[in-house]
Amino acid sequence: MTDKLTKTGAAVGEPVDTGKSAPSDAFLDVRDLKIHFPTDDGLVKSVDGLSFQLEKGKTLGIVGESGSGKSVTSLGIMGLHTVGQYGRQKAKISGEIWLNGRELLSADPDEVRRMRGREMAMIFQDPLSAMHPYYSVGNQIVEAYRIHNDVDKKTARKRAVELLDRVGIPEPAKRFENYPHEFSGGMRQRAMIAMALVNNPELLIADEPTTALDVTVQAQILDLMRDLQKEFGSAVVIITHDLGVVAELADDILVMYGGRCVERGPAESVFYEPQHPYTWGLLGSMPRIDRDQTERLIPVKGNPPSLINIPSGCAFNPRCPYADVPKGGITRTQRPELAPAGDRHFSACHMPQEERTRIWTEEIAPKL
Amino acid sequence: MEPLLKVNGLKKHFPIKKGLLQRQTGAVKAVDGLDFEVYPGETLGVVGESGCGKSTMGRLITRLLEPTDGTVEFQGTDISHLGVSGMRPLRRDIQMIFQDPYGSLNPRHTVGTIVSAPFKLQGVEPEGGVKKEVQRLLGLVGLNPEHYNRYPHEFSGGQRQRIGIARALALKPKLVVADEPVSALDVSIQAQVVNLLDDLQQELGLTYVIIAHDLSVIRHVSDRIAVMYLGKIVELADRKSLYESPMHPYTRALMSAVPIPDPRRRGAKSDRILLKGDVPSPIAPPPGCRFHTRCWKATDLCKTQEPPLLELRPGQRVACHHPENAEGVTIPAARESVDVTITKAPQPTEPKPEPSKPEAAEPAEAEAPTPAEPEAAAEGDAPKE
Repeated sequence: MTDKLTKTGAAVGEPVDTGKSAPSDAFLDVRDLKIHFPTDDGLVKSVDGLSFQLEKGKTLGIVGESGSGKSVTSLGIMGLHTVGQYGRQKAKISGEIWLNGRELLSADPDEVRRMRGREMAMIFQDPLSAMHPYYSVGNQIVEAYRIHNDVDKKTARKRAVELLDRVGIPEPAKRFENYPHEFSGGMRQRAMIAMALVNNPELLIADEPTTALDVTVQAQILDLMRDLQKEFGSAVVIITHDLGVVAELADDILVMYGGRCVERGPAESVFYEPQHPYTWGLLGSMPRIDRDQTERLIPVKGNPPSLINIPSGCAFNPRCPYADVPKGGITRTQRPELAPAGDRHFSACHMPQEERTRIWTEEIAPKL
Repeated sequence: MEPLLKVNGLKKHFPIKKGLLQRQTGAVKAVDGLDFEVYPGETLGVVGESGCGKSTMGRLITRLLEPTDGTVEFQGTDISHLGVSGMRPLRRDIQMIFQDPYGSLNPRHTVGTIVSAPFKLQGVEPEGGVKKEVQRLLGLVGLNPEHYNRYPHEFSGGQRQRIGIARALALKPKLVVADEPVSALDVSIQAQVVNLLDDLQQELGLTYVIIAHDLSVIRHVSDRIAVMYLGKIVELADRKSLYESPMHPYTRALMSAVPIPDPRRRGAKSDRILLKGDVPSPIAPPPGCRFHTRCWKATDLCKTQEPPLLELRPGQRVACHHPENAEGVTIPAARESVDVTITKAPQPTEPKPEPSKPEAAEPAEAEAPTPAEPEAAAEGDAPKE
């Protein structure tokens, strides 16, 4: 198996768990996903037990700071954690990823490769490094199309031009011949969206799609993504650190911290009734453009944890201002699990829910 | 009050050289005529998209670059063309905080060496010795003074930015220019540094010029804000007026483009203005108003005449022929006949030798291949969803 993985370069890791449970009804169902990287300094637990579901036509926003495991999750779903060469160790992946009734982690890598692009596609943060500098933008889209569709070059070209036009590139037939460096940042991001959509994927993962762009261009791209989702009806996972972007696009929000989900729920309840002190911290840290705020920001003290040495118990414990609130005999080393905290709303915190609701409504919300 | 810093007609053109003889074939007009003042104790925020010249402006006022034209006056002294030795005594008073906390600290020097470098360079012997002073500074910016002997790689991004701030404050400067001080940091750390800058200003009476692209951060930290577009200031106003009733269409578009972190306001996007296309090249900026190629209000006047930066409301200077939120504002009648001294040659390869010759109409024609489409742009003004 290892040989095969190396040959195709399409490793999906080592499925440790052999007894897979029943296929899921949800379109995308991630269950207890763990992605660990062995390094010289120790095991980096980038993702440490993440579960979520996503339906078609819906958007899930994953937010968190750098190093919280957002991008690793997206690459894990795409099966893009490559096998290291020359004896370097590869990522250890366990858990289950169900896409449309098929389990990806235990699937044949060739099959996953066939699905990649056709059933799931990805938009990367930096289109300049995600595109090949030696091939024209059009040819890269044609290539992505012809790998999955048995058509001649002319048909594929027509399709590529059509999509370039759809994503708002002026004179698409002319720009087809251009190389990535001849495009501006916003244009490149549009071209990459066209490339991701060329096979009508049902799952689209966008990893910080607008972080490298200026606000005016960001607004154009977000608008485009919203329209395209309506048109194509695909499920979208958008990964970002910008709460404004998720508020704009996401139906559901998942907040990650230290490789785990600390809070998950519908966008509105996460913003209006957040149930985790880390989410409060994120909301308090954020300067607001929509308010004249003269008060000081309320930052989260300290620094994000090292993923090699995640604090035992709640990973947020050392930075949590409410770590000392009595929690009915639960010790600091016990890890909180996601528990229901409202309608479709889950949160991983030891504090009793009434206490959290009280703190949010009385202490945090008035200051924001 | 006397301004601490006064900038007049500031320009920086970077030459583009081509061919064997390295003849100058054009220029990147990174900064093309800025006028503003910074008063003691205030924070001037400078916003704009990438390539608008805000960083070049920062480097010009700290005199890390020499201006092509115009003057920079610091406390009444013209510093625009001072040499290295002429600037040295003034470097004490003007300090800079850089964007990249990784690139701006020498990896081979300890934190102690980095923060004490200003003392060495200026030949200052602080009270109680260099080491004690450095430790005091580290404490001031919220670092552990014990970490004096550590190297930059042992610190996180936010901590490194604090080291950069400690270095900038070592000589008790009057003016601190911060170029994107928080954009490389995570949200929770960003808030820590913003609060730190705030506290230091209160404590030490600093004057800041903060350059950033993040309009939310700028709104939080600034007293007055300058909005730049293609090397020019299009609007300069106090925070309240700028955010509550922006007058330049570009300011309005820029602000409406920022996603609001509030899912309930998703329906209220009707006021979002989607600008078409990208910022034009600063090598050949559009003639007339530089924003006319993307502006939904642009008229023929905008294509030919450059609007001057005028004070349309007390404390709010705007460079626009058709300002927004202008009810009750009388636009000076002389506006149309305002002497347009700077008329841009559209082709950098054919520099017009006589700048005095009025040639307003000609560049507009030459610019025809890349036309302004006010109709197309106006579409963005229509309610979304």
